Amino acid sequence: MSIALQTHGLVRRFGGFAATDHVNLSVAAGARHALIGPNGAGKTTLINLLTGYLAPTEGRVSLLGEDVTRMPQHQRCRRGLVRTFQINQLFGDMTVLESVALAVGERHGLGARWWKPLAAQAEAVDEAALILERLGLLSDAYELTRNLAYGRQRLIEIALALALRPKVLLLDEPAAGVPTSESRELFEVIAQLPREVTIVLIEHDMDLVFRFADRISVLVSGTLLLEDTPEVIAQHPRVREVYLGESHG
Amino acid sequence: MTTPSAIDAAPDRAARISAVTRRFGRGARWQPLEYLFWCLPVAAYFLFPGNYLLLSQIAITSLFALSLDLIFGYAGIISLGHAAFFGVGAYTVGLLGVRGVGDPLLGLALAALLAAVLGFLSSFLLLRGSELARLMVTLGVALMLYELANKFSDVTGGVDGIPGIEVKPVLGLFEFDLFGRVGYLYSVLVLFALFWLARRLVHSPFGQSLRGIRMNAERMPALGVPINRRLVAIYTVGAAYAGVAGALLAQTNQFVSLAVLSFENSADLLLILILGGTGRLYGGLIGAIVFIVAKHVLSDINPQYWHFWLGLALVLLVMFARGGILGTAAQWLESRRQRAQQAARAP
Amino acid sequence: MTIVFDGIAFGMLLFLISVGLSVTLGLMNFVNLAHGVFAMVGGYVCVILLNDQGVPFLATIPFAVMVPALLGVVLERLLYRRLYEASALDQVLFSLGLVFIAVATAHYFFGARQQPLQLPAFLSGQFHLPGLDVGIYRLFLVVAGLLVALLLQWAVVRTAFGARLRAAVDNQRTARGLGIDVNRVFMLTFALGSGLAGLGGALGVEILGMDPEFPVKYLVYFLIVVTVGGTGNILGSLYAALLLGVADVAGKYYVPQIGAFIIYAIMVVILIYRPQGLFGRAHH
Repeated sequence: MSIALQTHGLVRRFGGFAATDHVNLSVAAGARHALIGPNGAGKTTLINLLTGYLAPTEGRVSLLGEDVTRMPQHQRCRRGLVRTFQINQLFGDMTVLESVALAVGERHGLGARWWKPLAAQAEAVDEAALILERLGLLSDAYELTRNLAYGRQRLIEIALALALRPKVLLLDEPAAGVPTSESRELFEVIAQLPREVTIVLIEHDMDLVFRFADRISVLVSGTLLLEDTPEVIAQHPRVREVYLGESHG
Repeated sequence: MTTPSAIDAAPDRAARISAVTRRFGRGARWQPLEYLFWCLPVAAYFLFPGNYLLLSQIAITSLFALSLDLIFGYAGIISLGHAAFFGVGAYTVGLLGVRGVGDPLLGLALAALLAAVLGFLSSFLLLRGSELARLMVTLGVALMLYELANKFSDVTGGVDGIPGIEVKPVLGLFEFDLFGRVGYLYSVLVLFALFWLARRLVHSPFGQSLRGIRMNAERMPALGVPINRRLVAIYTVGAAYAGVAGALLAQTNQFVSLAVLSFENSADLLLILILGGTGRLYGGLIGAIVFIVAKHVLSDINPQYWHFWLGLALVLLVMFARGGILGTAAQWLESRRQRAQQAARAP
Repeated sequence: MTIVFDGIAFGMLLFLISVGLSVTLGLMNFVNLAHGVFAMVGGYVCVILLNDQGVPFLATIPFAVMVPALLGVVLERLLYRRLYEASALDQVLFSLGLVFIAVATAHYFFGARQQPLQLPAFLSGQFHLPGLDVGIYRLFLVVAGLLVALLLQWAVVRTAFGARLRAAVDNQRTARGLGIDVNRVFMLTFALGSGLAGLGGALGVEILGMDPEFPVKYLVYFLIVVTVGGTGNILGSLYAALLLGVADVAGKYYVPQIGAFIIYAIMVVILIYRPQGLFGRAHH
């Protein structure tokens, strides 16, 4: 069983405060790995370190066997590491199809082409439309992103990630801000992703976590408290005390 | 969850998808309004035969505004010093012209090249830092150039400028006449050629990625985009365009002075672009037309009063009509469309 | 040495005028290119009272502070407040527009000429120390500037208002959550900054002159002080202003042929390597 994503002694300090404190995370290829922890535990910081948005104070990150600690964000993305954002980071004044076509186009390496219009890159546009269709967004293809309901925008956030054909997908609270009825649908989409795609998921909704994940890491105050199967985590007294004691929903 | 629409009701999935994709990129094709717009310079040629110098100024300022739109309207780089590249282009022609190198097209090419080099080098200064720091850097570079040109006034002619720049006939055939007729046609043709190029550029994948950078620079690296490379590229192109505009000014007026590098030049340009509307290519052109015509019509008024109205226009624009002429028009059309949609949905 | 001293005096003036800009920029993140307008208002108030009304120089100073401060309050409530959430470009354009309006208005009322100013006798003249000519007025400026700097620093660090100000600069949302009336803090700070600018403008008429183009002529200097000093940093503005003052005076004396070029070049270089300014805090 190979390791898709790994950190070695990862530390990130802000002044005197260690947001990430000697984290050794190991995500197996094809895993459905959830990352849980109370608010402020440093989950998003960890994602930011994994993607290269933040540079670590100490430690290493390796992606698919390659040390990417020094590698800038966009290069890690090209190597297959894709993330979604907890708060939608979309292109407000672009239509939905434009946004996804942009992402697909970048993956195809079209981004440096300045002569022919994007519309002429039929492959990219077709692929983008296919993704929209799969996510049920096709009817909104020509709507401006900022005019859509939040739940729909969240789907676009996923669409952008899928457009990049990720090998390792980091989902930062994909259901955040989405009403429970719609979040089931969202998770259907995520659950249907091919098995080769490794998924790391930050999520607060424990129902979804326990249904989806085959492995759970618990992050508290920047350190990994525990990592094991969902059954073990659910029973573990310390986890209940630190985290599961809080109401969720 | 999704409301049924005409598209979803189509029987075949592939048909549904191709119905959607077929519509894509309609914006890239030339719209009828655009053809109409380009009739304006042609009409102006016949309608205003005594005003060729003024019309040339409009064409040149349009090109200058277009160059700023490329870096600002599309890539989101604010510049308080874009006149630097304009000035480099103008002085390239001026200094070469004084030494007898007067072929216009060669002058344009060299002006574009030098301005592009300056743009390329200074673009690296813009990649780091807060918005304020970047603003100050663009301002600083332009001011430095102004001071340099001022100090070496024996070469640049200083505030009085370099008169009598020699400009050879275009392509060896069309001599620049006193009335500015050839100058006008020449300027409009150069404007159109560069506009056409810019239009292709903004509709390309590269252009789309610039829009993405402007709308959400944080997202782009997470899509695998090396944003610095793209920004350097467009800044260089924008600088080259501004250099050509400056060169055109020097060639059609056969004169260049320090005013081309002044802060006022940069500030006026910002106003022109905001007035017309950013990120739409035509905004700079429309803004240039309105600005120069207004200035010409009001030119007998004391120059200080002109600045008062200018200032007032800026304040009102920013507070109430932020999208400029084109932006406000687009907003109005969009709200009409939405109201029509809602009316159609209401049972 | 006289050059250094004169440079320090010039720097003090720049500090007085620019410190308000630094604080409002650091506090409200508002790029206000029109800050020099308040200095101009203070300068004209001083000159008009002195020349037309015969008010003694020092007695004009309180008015030179109050009038711009009041103007600042009015403009802040009516206009600036609406643009706090706007983009930096919008703020630049808006404040540029204000500058144009102010300059044109000053031209209309006062004409284009330099305003004359006659200093009172006890502030004129100079005395000589070995190797150093001390202008009395310049000495007065240096002392006044230091006093203001110390007062400000004390006010910000020690008083309750200062604490609220620092909280609001650090994190607006949290400050509001703590019950701090951030809008009031903004308004008072803006008034304070404008008043100080007016003070600098009035005190500066003797050295910088006063004419309708004042806000444009010295705009770059103010911006340099603020960016190099680090926004929101009072002592940083002081150091940056002093550096700039000395560099400018020395530069114009020793290498007049290059003049302002060196200033701009140094500023650009500083901003490349330390975008937060020489004395500012690095963000993110």
